Amino acid sequence: MTTRDIQRMERRVLDWDAHKIREDFPILKQTMNGVPLVYLDNAATTQKPQCVIDRLARFYSNENSNVHRSVYTLAEEATQSFEEVRKLTRAFIHAHDKKEIVFTKGTTEAINLVANTFGKSLQPGDEIILSELEHHANIVPWQMLAQERGIVIRVIPMLPNGDLDLDTFETLFTPRTKLLGIVHVSNTIGTINPVKKMVKVAHQYGVKVLVDAAQSIVHMTVDVQELDCDFLVFSSHKLYGPMGVGILYGKEEIMKKLPPYQGGGDMIRSVTFDHTEYADIPQRFEAGTPNVADVIAFGEALKYIRSLPVDSLIAYEHELFEYAYQGLEEIDGLGIVGKPHLQAPIISFMMEGIHPHDIATIISQSGVAVRAGHHCAMPTSRAFGIPATIRVSVAFYNTFAELDLLFNALNTVNKVFS
Amino acid sequence: MSDMSSLYHEVIIDHGKNPRNFGKIEDALELKGLNPLCGDQLTLYVKIDNDRIADVKFNGQGCAISMASSSLMTQAIKGKTLAEAKVLFTAFHDLVMQEQSPEAVEAILGKLMILQGVKVYPSRIKCATLAWHALNAILEGKHGVVSTEKNGD
Repeated sequence: MTTRDIQRMERRVLDWDAHKIREDFPILKQTMNGVPLVYLDNAATTQKPQCVIDRLARFYSNENSNVHRSVYTLAEEATQSFEEVRKLTRAFIHAHDKKEIVFTKGTTEAINLVANTFGKSLQPGDEIILSELEHHANIVPWQMLAQERGIVIRVIPMLPNGDLDLDTFETLFTPRTKLLGIVHVSNTIGTINPVKKMVKVAHQYGVKVLVDAAQSIVHMTVDVQELDCDFLVFSSHKLYGPMGVGILYGKEEIMKKLPPYQGGGDMIRSVTFDHTEYADIPQRFEAGTPNVADVIAFGEALKYIRSLPVDSLIAYEHELFEYAYQGLEEIDGLGIVGKPHLQAPIISFMMEGIHPHDIATIISQSGVAVRAGHHCAMPTSRAFGIPATIRVSVAFYNTFAELDLLFNALNTVNKVFS
Repeated sequence: MSDMSSLYHEVIIDHGKNPRNFGKIEDALELKGLNPLCGDQLTLYVKIDNDRIADVKFNGQGCAISMASSSLMTQAIKGKTLAEAKVLFTAFHDLVMQEQSPEAVEAILGKLMILQGVKVYPSRIKCATLAWHALNAILEGKHGVVSTEKNGD
């Protein structure tokens, strides 16, 4: 028995838990193209456990009413359930107060919210620092703001291995720097950025920091007080919850000073045609009827995750990642893109002479779902000089057997093209 | 795996890996085709002489489907009149875009029928039509760049 075999056996033992977890996710029993679905596109969206799906149905079946308005019992209960999720979210990211949690429709809207409120205080010539690893969602809102207000965007370059160039980072600060927008984990190559350290540097220059935690929130413990970031954003749907819910965390003392985002109902204290008095945070940023059902179901996702042993979960995902990494490296002509110092279980790769879209189409016939493309982070791809990659991203319900199916499917791709 | 083998037919793999008429023609009409979703890009060069496609070449990068489709297209249109090329464009468009392509297209397209397997993969149809859209734009007297993602698409 080789060392590798022993490793595999040990991993098979761990595998057992994953099989039990899989029972909670009905979609994983699906077939795709006549074979069992092997879902490895978790960075795009995670699957939903039955309890989340049931919670949505229960809300619409028994509890549907609007929040923060009426005083009849049904509406009171809906408001209570909705606000309960704010508390759960606060606890999940270790925020100081539930007022610091704002519900949006996604990470993208949460960043746009900051760009359109905090951004309004910026003057022509002020500067924002972003990185070459950002998702388009943390680039384009700032570019739009730059065009509108004449601010300057500076970019932290990436080193050849996919880590950020932290030496250059420190040189980008000037007296005009007002904000650092930084991704916690790259959605393309999985780089885990040293966000805590970067926040510390930024704060030395009096610069506020927005952390895009869309990919990190699902793979690690995110503690906003430990990071000391000023804003942090993520989405429910990448954390086993429904689509259409995003979270903006913002430090209370900063949020209190920000102007409203959108105008409408729910964000006001009093309205006359001469004057409107805005509500306190967080309602000030939640104009209109929120996505009540999905927020409540997101709360169920948080409860589900908290019921799992977090250390085992992180260790298991890491085992899956290492197994995937080794297995991929053994495939002919396959090259993994980037080798960051610390990497979340997100792996991008290319195969010699074979376009990523052909790979994705072919392995889809073996039931394997992976992402092919630029992953909405074109500057990252461009820095590597490649138009597109295949991306494999695992979740705690994936198994080593599924990764074996991925490897087999990729070997088939090589055969088709040989 | 039947769907896959019908799309990734050996002819397509062959043309994808060794595209015919790959290169550049000086002093020809040229037009760039982009598929921003895949990052595919190609430039089509068409030399027209007396209402006939005297020569055609293309270069660029893309997936096996777009490379093979471009390669097969150049073979099919070389020597054809502009009117004949337009008929081919329409027939190919009908083949991949219509649920039930008209029976007549088979006689017109011949070897190009091999690309009909792409219909099973709606997101890949644009790969197969990229070169054809570039050709059509040239036939309509356009210059510059065509993209599979037009405004409002």
